[in-house]
Amino acid sequence: MNCTEFLANLTDYFDAKTASSLRSELEQHMADCSHCYVTVNTTRQTIEIYRNDELFELPESIRTKLQQAVLIKCAKMKENKGRKI
Amino acid sequence: MAMTATPEENALHPDLLLIAKVKAGDLSAFEQLMRQYDRQIFRIALHITQNREDAEDIVQDTFLKAFQKLDQFQGNSKFYTWLVRIAVNESLMRLRKRRSQKTVSMDEDIQTEEGSIPRDFADWMPNPEQNYNQSELADILRRTIQGLPPGFRTVFALRDIDGLSTEETAKALGLTVPAVKSRLLRARLQLRERLSRYFRVPTGAHPL
Repeated sequence: MNCTEFLANLTDYFDAKTASSLRSELEQHMADCSHCYVTVNTTRQTIEIYRNDELFELPESIRTKLQQAVLIKCAKMKENKGRKI
Repeated sequence: MAMTATPEENALHPDLLLIAKVKAGDLSAFEQLMRQYDRQIFRIALHITQNREDAEDIVQDTFLKAFQKLDQFQGNSKFYTWLVRIAVNESLMRLRKRRSQKTVSMDEDIQTEEGSIPRDFADWMPNPEQNYNQSELADILRRTIQGLPPGFRTVFALRDIDGLSTEETAKALGLTVPAVKSRLLRARLQLRERLSRYFRVPTGAHPL
Protein backbone atom coordinates (compact mmCIF):
# COMPACT_ATOMS: atom_id res chain seq x y z
CA MET A 1 0.00 0.00 0.00
CA ASN A 2 1.32 3.45 -0.87
CA CYS A 3 0.50 6.78 0.83
CA THR A 4 -2.15 7.76 -1.75
CA GLU A 5 -4.02 4.49 -1.22
CA PHE A 6 -3.66 4.96 2.51
CA LEU A 7 -5.21 8.45 2.38
CA ALA A 8 -8.06 7.22 0.19
CA ASN A 9 -9.09 4.89 3.02
CA LEU A 10 -8.50 7.29 5.89
CA THR A 11 -12.13 8.38 6.38
CA ASP A 12 -13.33 4.79 6.66
CA TYR A 13 -10.41 4.00 8.97
CA PHE A 14 -11.40 6.83 11.35
CA ASP A 15 -15.01 5.66 11.23
CA ALA A 16 -13.92 2.07 11.95
CA LYS A 17 -15.70 1.01 8.77
CA THR A 18 -12.85 -0.88 7.15
CA ALA A 19 -12.81 -4.66 6.89
CA SER A 20 -10.30 -6.20 9.28
CA SER A 21 -7.93 -7.23 6.45
CA LEU A 22 -7.82 -3.65 5.11
CA ARG A 23 -7.43 -2.29 8.62
CA SER A 24 -4.38 -4.50 9.14
CA GLU A 25 -2.90 -3.25 5.86
CA LEU A 26 -3.50 0.36 6.90
CA GLU A 27 -1.91 -0.21 10.30
CA GLN A 28 1.05 -1.93 8.70
CA HIS A 29 1.50 1.05 6.38
CA MET A 30 1.42 3.40 9.38
CA ALA A 31 4.05 1.31 11.14
CA ASP A 32 6.32 1.63 8.10
CA CYS A 33 5.57 5.26 7.15
CA SER A 34 6.25 7.96 9.71
CA HIS A 35 4.54 10.62 7.55
CA CYS A 36 1.23 8.75 7.50
CA TYR A 37 1.58 7.90 11.18
CA VAL A 38 1.94 11.59 12.06
CA THR A 39 -0.88 12.54 9.67
CA VAL A 40 -3.28 10.13 11.36
CA ASN A 41 -2.34 11.18 14.90
CA THR A 42 -2.53 14.90 14.25
CA THR A 43 -5.75 14.58 12.24
CA ARG A 44 -7.30 12.68 15.13
CA GLN A 45 -6.20 15.47 17.50
CA THR A 46 -7.65 18.08 15.13
CA ILE A 47 -11.05 16.41 15.35
CA GLU A 48 -10.86 16.10 19.14
CA ILE A 49 -9.80 19.71 19.68
CA TYR A 50 -12.74 21.03 17.64
CA ARG A 51 -15.17 18.56 19.21
CA ASN A 52 -14.19 19.54 22.76
CA ASP A 53 -14.05 23.26 22.25
CA GLU A 54 -17.00 25.39 23.34
CA LEU A 55 -16.22 28.05 20.78
CA PHE A 56 -19.50 27.59 18.99
CA GLU A 57 -21.83 27.37 21.96
CA LEU A 58 -25.05 29.31 22.16
CA PRO A 59 -25.15 31.28 25.44
CA GLU A 60 -28.09 30.35 27.67
CA SER A 61 -29.46 33.91 27.85
CA ILE A 62 -29.61 34.21 24.04
CA ARG A 63 -31.07 30.70 23.80
CA THR A 64 -33.98 31.65 26.04
CA LYS A 65 -34.55 34.88 24.11
CA LEU A 66 -34.61 33.06 20.77
CA GLN A 67 -36.91 30.34 22.05
CA GLN A 68 -39.37 32.91 23.36
CA ALA A 69 -39.30 34.90 20.12
CA VAL A 70 -39.97 31.77 18.06
CA LEU A 71 -42.80 30.59 20.29
CA ILE A 72 -44.53 34.00 20.17
CA LYS A 73 -44.39 33.94 16.36
CA CYS A 74 -45.58 30.32 16.25
CA ALA A 75 -48.53 31.20 18.49
CA LYS A 76 -49.45 34.05 16.11
CA MET A 77 -49.16 31.73 13.10
CA LYS A 78 -51.36 29.19 14.83
CA GLU A 79 -53.92 31.87 15.62
CA ASN A 80 -53.99 33.17 12.03
CA LYS A 81 -54.29 29.64 10.68
CA GLY A 82 -57.22 29.04 13.04
CA ARG A 83 -58.96 32.19 11.77
CA LYS A 84 -58.58 31.12 8.14
CA ILE A 85 -60.20 27.79 8.93
CA MET B 1 -27.62 2.91 5.82
CA ALA B 2 -29.10 5.29 8.36
CA MET B 3 -30.75 7.62 5.85
CA THR B 4 -34.27 6.40 6.33
CA ALA B 5 -35.68 5.44 9.66
CA THR B 6 -37.43 2.08 9.73
CA PRO B 7 -41.13 2.02 10.74
CA GLU B 8 -40.04 0.45 14.04
CA GLU B 9 -37.60 3.30 14.78
CA ASN B 10 -40.26 5.81 13.83
CA ALA B 11 -42.78 4.27 16.18
CA LEU B 12 -40.30 4.56 19.02
CA HIS B 13 -38.65 7.88 18.27
CA PRO B 14 -39.76 10.48 20.85
CA ASP B 15 -39.52 13.29 18.27
CA LEU B 16 -42.42 11.79 16.36
CA LEU B 17 -44.63 11.84 19.43
CA LEU B 18 -43.74 15.49 19.97
CA ILE B 19 -44.45 16.30 16.31
CA ALA B 20 -47.86 14.63 16.54
CA LYS B 21 -48.59 16.82 19.58
CA VAL B 22 -47.49 19.97 17.75
CA LYS B 23 -49.72 19.08 14.80
CA ALA B 24 -52.57 18.69 17.29
CA GLY B 25 -51.92 22.26 18.46
CA ASP B 26 -49.59 21.75 21.46
CA LEU B 27 -46.97 24.52 21.33
CA SER B 28 -45.15 23.26 24.41
CA ALA B 29 -44.20 20.16 22.40
CA PHE B 30 -42.59 22.44 19.81
CA GLU B 31 -40.73 24.20 22.60
CA GLN B 32 -39.34 20.82 23.66
CA LEU B 33 -38.14 20.12 20.12
CA MET B 34 -36.52 23.52 20.00
CA ARG B 35 -34.75 23.01 23.34
CA GLN B 36 -33.46 19.72 22.06
CA TYR B 37 -31.92 20.99 18.84
CA ASP B 38 -31.38 24.76 19.00
CA ARG B 39 -27.74 24.50 20.12
CA GLN B 40 -26.81 22.17 17.28
CA ILE B 41 -28.63 24.34 14.72
CA PHE B 42 -26.81 27.41 16.03
CA ARG B 43 -23.45 25.66 15.72
CA ILE B 44 -24.13 24.55 12.17
CA ALA B 45 -25.30 28.04 11.17
CA LEU B 46 -22.27 29.61 12.81
CA HIS B 47 -19.92 27.22 11.03
CA ILE B 48 -21.40 28.10 7.66
CA THR B 49 -21.87 31.85 8.08
CA GLN B 50 -19.03 32.54 10.57
CA ASN B 51 -21.21 35.28 12.01
CA ARG B 52 -22.93 34.99 15.41
CA GLU B 53 -25.76 37.43 14.65
CA ASP B 54 -26.58 35.62 11.44
CA ALA B 55 -26.47 32.30 13.25
CA GLU B 56 -28.94 33.55 15.87
CA ASP B 57 -31.30 34.74 13.13
CA ILE B 58 -30.95 31.40 11.38
CA VAL B 59 -31.96 29.53 14.54
CA GLN B 60 -35.18 31.57 14.59
CA ASP B 61 -35.84 31.23 10.88
CA THR B 62 -35.15 27.50 10.88
CA PHE B 63 -37.59 26.73 13.68
CA LEU B 64 -40.24 29.06 12.27
CA LYS B 65 -39.96 27.42 8.86
CA ALA B 66 -40.08 23.97 10.46
CA PHE B 67 -43.23 24.97 12.33
CA GLN B 68 -44.83 26.34 9.16
CA LYS B 69 -43.93 23.28 7.10
CA LEU B 70 -44.42 20.60 9.71
CA ASP B 71 -47.25 19.09 7.69
CA GLN B 72 -44.71 18.38 4.96
CA PHE B 73 -42.53 16.34 7.31
CA GLN B 74 -43.46 12.79 6.47
CA GLY B 75 -41.40 11.04 9.11
CA ASN B 76 -39.44 9.03 6.57
CA SER B 77 -36.22 10.64 7.78
CA LYS B 78 -35.12 11.82 11.19
CA PHE B 79 -36.67 15.14 12.26
CA TYR B 80 -33.20 16.46 13.14
CA THR B 81 -31.86 15.69 9.64
CA TRP B 82 -34.85 17.51 8.15
CA LEU B 83 -34.20 20.46 10.45
CA VAL B 84 -30.50 20.53 9.52
CA ARG B 85 -31.41 20.68 5.86
CA ILE B 86 -33.57 23.76 6.48
CA ALA B 87 -30.77 25.35 8.53
CA VAL B 88 -28.14 24.70 5.85
CA ASN B 89 -30.34 26.30 3.17
CA GLU B 90 -31.08 29.30 5.38
CA SER B 91 -27.37 29.67 6.16
CA LEU B 92 -26.32 29.56 2.50
CA MET B 93 -29.01 32.14 1.66
CA ARG B 94 -27.71 34.40 4.42
CA LEU B 95 -24.13 33.99 3.20
CA ARG B 96 -25.25 34.88 -0.31
CA LYS B 97 -26.89 38.10 0.94
CA ARG B 98 -23.73 39.09 2.80
CA ARG B 99 -21.69 38.61 -0.33
CA SER B 100 -23.91 40.93 -2.40
CA GLN B 101 -25.79 38.22 -4.22
CA LYS B 102 -22.67 36.36 -5.28
CA THR B 103 -23.58 32.71 -5.73
CA VAL B 104 -22.76 30.63 -2.69
CA SER B 105 -23.32 26.92 -2.74
CA MET B 106 -22.10 23.76 -1.14
CA ASP B 107 -19.85 23.36 -4.19
CA GLU B 108 -18.04 26.64 -3.81
CA ASP B 109 -14.24 26.48 -3.85
CA ILE B 110 -14.15 22.73 -3.50
CA GLN B 111 -12.19 22.27 -6.70
CA THR B 112 -9.06 23.55 -5.05
CA GLU B 113 -6.49 20.89 -4.39
CA GLU B 114 -5.07 22.85 -1.47
CA GLY B 115 -4.56 20.67 1.57
CA SER B 116 -5.72 17.48 -0.08
CA ILE B 117 -2.22 16.07 0.18
CA PRO B 118 -0.45 16.39 3.54
CA ARG B 119 2.74 18.43 3.45
CA ASP B 120 3.50 19.06 7.10
CA PHE B 121 4.78 15.92 8.77
CA ALA B 122 5.99 17.43 12.02
CA ASP B 123 4.50 15.80 15.10
CA TRP B 124 2.55 17.97 17.54
CA MET B 125 3.40 18.90 21.09
CA PRO B 126 1.64 16.80 23.75
CA ASN B 127 -1.74 18.41 24.60
CA PRO B 128 -0.94 21.28 22.23
CA GLU B 129 -4.09 23.23 23.05
CA GLN B 130 -2.79 23.71 26.61
CA ASN B 131 0.02 25.90 25.30
CA TYR B 132 -2.50 28.64 24.58
CA ASN B 133 -4.91 30.42 26.87
CA GLN B 134 -8.62 30.06 26.19
CA SER B 135 -9.04 33.17 24.08
CA GLU B 136 -5.87 32.51 22.07
CA LEU B 137 -7.02 28.98 21.35
CA ALA B 138 -10.51 30.17 20.41
CA ASP B 139 -8.96 32.66 18.02
CA ILE B 140 -6.73 30.01 16.42
CA LEU B 141 -9.60 27.55 15.97
CA ARG B 142 -11.95 30.21 14.62
CA ARG B 143 -9.44 31.60 12.12
CA THR B 144 -8.42 28.14 11.02
CA ILE B 145 -11.91 26.88 10.27
CA GLN B 146 -12.86 30.21 8.67
CA GLY B 147 -10.27 29.54 6.00
CA LEU B 148 -12.11 26.47 4.72
CA PRO B 149 -14.65 26.72 1.89
CA PRO B 150 -18.27 26.55 3.23
CA GLY B 151 -18.82 23.13 1.65
CA PHE B 152 -15.93 21.68 3.65
CA ARG B 153 -16.72 23.54 6.88
CA THR B 154 -20.28 22.30 6.85
CA VAL B 155 -19.41 18.65 6.27
CA PHE B 156 -16.78 18.81 9.04
CA ALA B 157 -19.22 20.45 11.46
CA LEU B 158 -22.01 17.96 10.81
CA ARG B 159 -19.85 14.85 10.87
CA ASP B 160 -17.12 15.59 13.37
CA ILE B 161 -18.65 18.14 15.71
CA ASP B 162 -22.34 17.26 15.68
CA GLY B 163 -21.76 13.57 15.21
CA LEU B 164 -24.14 12.94 12.31
CA SER B 165 -23.39 9.77 10.35
CA THR B 166 -22.01 10.03 6.83
CA GLU B 167 -25.41 9.01 5.44
CA GLU B 168 -27.28 11.58 7.55
CA THR B 169 -24.83 14.29 6.50
CA ALA B 170 -25.31 13.35 2.84
CA LYS B 171 -29.06 13.50 3.22
CA ALA B 172 -29.00 16.82 5.09
CA LEU B 173 -26.77 18.43 2.48
CA GLY B 174 -28.21 16.80 -0.63
CA LEU B 175 -24.84 15.21 -1.43
CA THR B 176 -23.84 11.66 -2.25
CA VAL B 177 -22.10 9.54 0.37
CA PRO B 178 -18.81 9.46 -1.62
CA ALA B 179 -18.95 13.27 -1.93
CA VAL B 180 -19.35 13.61 1.85
CA LYS B 181 -16.44 11.24 2.45
CA SER B 182 -14.21 13.09 0.03
CA ARG B 183 -15.05 16.51 1.49
CA LEU B 184 -14.63 15.25 5.02
CA LEU B 185 -11.17 13.91 4.29
CA ARG B 186 -10.10 17.15 2.68
CA ALA B 187 -11.63 19.28 5.44
CA ARG B 188 -9.86 17.26 8.12
CA LEU B 189 -6.52 17.35 6.29
CA GLN B 190 -6.73 21.07 5.59
CA LEU B 191 -7.57 21.86 9.21
CA ARG B 192 -4.76 19.61 10.42
CA GLU B 193 -2.30 21.26 8.09
CA ARG B 194 -3.29 24.74 9.24
CA LEU B 195 -3.34 23.89 12.95
CA SER B 196 0.08 22.35 12.59
CA ARG B 197 1.55 25.84 12.32
CA TYR B 198 0.54 26.44 15.94
CA PHE B 199 0.78 23.00 17.48
CA ARG B 200 3.85 21.38 15.95
CA VAL B 201 6.88 20.52 18.00
CA PRO B 202 9.32 23.42 17.59
CA THR B 203 12.28 22.66 15.34
CA GLY B 204 15.12 21.16 17.36
CA ALA B 205 12.85 20.07 20.21
CA HIS B 206 11.57 16.56 20.83
CA PRO B 207 8.05 15.69 21.96
CA LEU B 208 7.93 14.58 25.60
